[in-house]
Amino acid sequence: MNGSILSFDQVTFTYMPEDKSVKPAVSDLSFSIKEGEWVALVGHNGSGKSTIAKLMNGLLFPQQGTVKAMGLDMSEESLWDIRSQMGMVFQNPDNQFVGATVQDDVAFALENNGIPHDEMVVRVRESLQQVKMEEYLDHEPHHLSGGQKQRVAIAGALALRPRLLILDEATSMLDPQGRREVIETIRELREATGLTVLSITHDLEEAALADRILVMNKGQKQMEGTPDSVFSADDELTEMGLDLPFAMRMAGLLQQAGVPVTGESMTEHELVEELWTYYSNK
Amino acid sequence: MMEKMIFGRFIPGDSLVHRLDPRAKILFVFLFIAIVFIANNAITYAILLGFTLLSVFLSKIRLYFLINGLKPVFILMAFTFFLHLFFTQGGDLLVSIGFVDIYEEGLRQGIFISIRFLVLVFMTSILTLTTSPISITDGIEVLLGPFKRVKLPVHELALMMSISLRFIPTLMDETGKILKAQMARGSDIGSGPIKERIKAVVPLLIPLFVSAFKRAEDLATAMEVRGYRGGEGRTRYRQLNWRLIDTLSLLLLVGFAGLLWYFRS
Ligand SMILES: Nc1ncnc2c1ncn2[C@@H]1O[C@H](COP(=O)(O)OP(=O)(O)O)[C@@H](O)[C@H]1O
Ligand SMILES: [Mg+2]
Repeated sequence: MNGSILSFDQVTFTYMPEDKSVKPAVSDLSFSIKEGEWVALVGHNGSGKSTIAKLMNGLLFPQQGTVKAMGLDMSEESLWDIRSQMGMVFQNPDNQFVGATVQDDVAFALENNGIPHDEMVVRVRESLQQVKMEEYLDHEPHHLSGGQKQRVAIAGALALRPRLLILDEATSMLDPQGRREVIETIRELREATGLTVLSITHDLEEAALADRILVMNKGQKQMEGTPDSVFSADDELTEMGLDLPFAMRMAGLLQQAGVPVTGESMTEHELVEELWTYYSNK
Repeated sequence: MMEKMIFGRFIPGDSLVHRLDPRAKILFVFLFIAIVFIANNAITYAILLGFTLLSVFLSKIRLYFLINGLKPVFILMAFTFFLHLFFTQGGDLLVSIGFVDIYEEGLRQGIFISIRFLVLVFMTSILTLTTSPISITDGIEVLLGPFKRVKLPVHELALMMSISLRFIPTLMDETGKILKAQMARGSDIGSGPIKERIKAVVPLLIPLFVSAFKRAEDLATAMEVRGYRGGEGRTRYRQLNWRLIDTLSLLLLVGFAGLLWYFRS
């Protein structure tokens, strides 16, 4: 069960290999994701995150190194097989809504994979329930909020019952409310099904929820580890243009001011919790 | 103004007509367009008008709403009516004011052509008002199915149509946003001589095009990731089901054509 579901081995990719002045978007990258893990991939804009996502499902092929997914080597032949086991959600909620209504959109991947009609109806219901959008079957995209559209996109990815869900900055264009909706959906999904998730983000608060964080910088892997260990290198992160979650920055400032907080609280809620217990224990 | 227009608009409902199979409705309208040309005298045109009003009634669309929404069409209709009235000669001279002569034949033709126009516009409007664009697309895809043999890319055309329909509101929103952004920068599209106005549209179109291309690229990626590779081996989520009532509606139309044929002179 705990096998590796996806692995990169010394992968290098350049968009224009003929042009020597273009630096590789991803260079000499190795990592792997185990079944059931939640991994966050963070990095500043242009650090190669989306390129990695595209290498994962064969939208791009590396010039060097190998990509393995679902136990198969990525190739023209294994491509569709791999894609059918991998769901992917992108940044812009409007640009990935293919169907005319919510249910059409969720069914799109099922249609493409030749799933029989009766089975489709069941799966569309089921996946919309998982993202709590089952009441919106016949809604058209322009009547939905950004967060709702992203949840539909997640349902569309789940409909094929993938083993891995990749979210490429799926929350970055949403308002705080929409962002919370989507993150909450992922959390609940993980609790209910143990789905393997790779979330690409530059929101460290979102990354804090993951089991493991990979930090990318200029196409290379800079750090890798649990959220605690990655966040403890806060100077390095700031240098790369990544801001620590508000609660952690706050805790740091409080410590400087002499308030003995642990600095382990990663969300505002946890910090408030810590602060009031600190005061009531004093 | 735009809100009142009913071309291509869909009004959800549960009338008999709403529940017909889109294929039946499309075939019906196409046959009807041909049948309209059978009418050639007062009785047949009256029957034609009666049949159309019956269809409007069955679709539960309010006649007032239909007439109100089709105002621009009536202007066109009035224009053709007067054209015939003034320029068709034959029969008795009815009125003669100055150099305008109105003949009996001119009046007849004017009325007939107007009725023909009216029933065609009403029938096609009933189709689009009672059938969602996506159902029309589905209907067309299935009806054109046989042409796949002669290499007509039917599935691709249908997909193109449904994606275009899906993106119309998105692009409308975007146009509104860009318009406001340009207005905030002092661009003035609403007034000035025509030449200036056309010039002012360019800074609106360019960002719109750029974003449309970006959207197209994103959409293509999203489709590929979800396993899209053409119509081959695809199943359909939307099922059309042809029921007895659909066959009956087409039979009714054939009967109606027979009736017109019988009374035509
Ligand atoms: N289609 C492309 N053609 C050429 N260069 C690209 C393309 N897409 C991305 N790049 C370049 O590759 C690098 C990594 O981009 P990307 O993977 O999109 O980063 P991120 O998702 O982390 O913001 C950037 O320098 C970017 O300019
Ligand atoms: Mg990106």
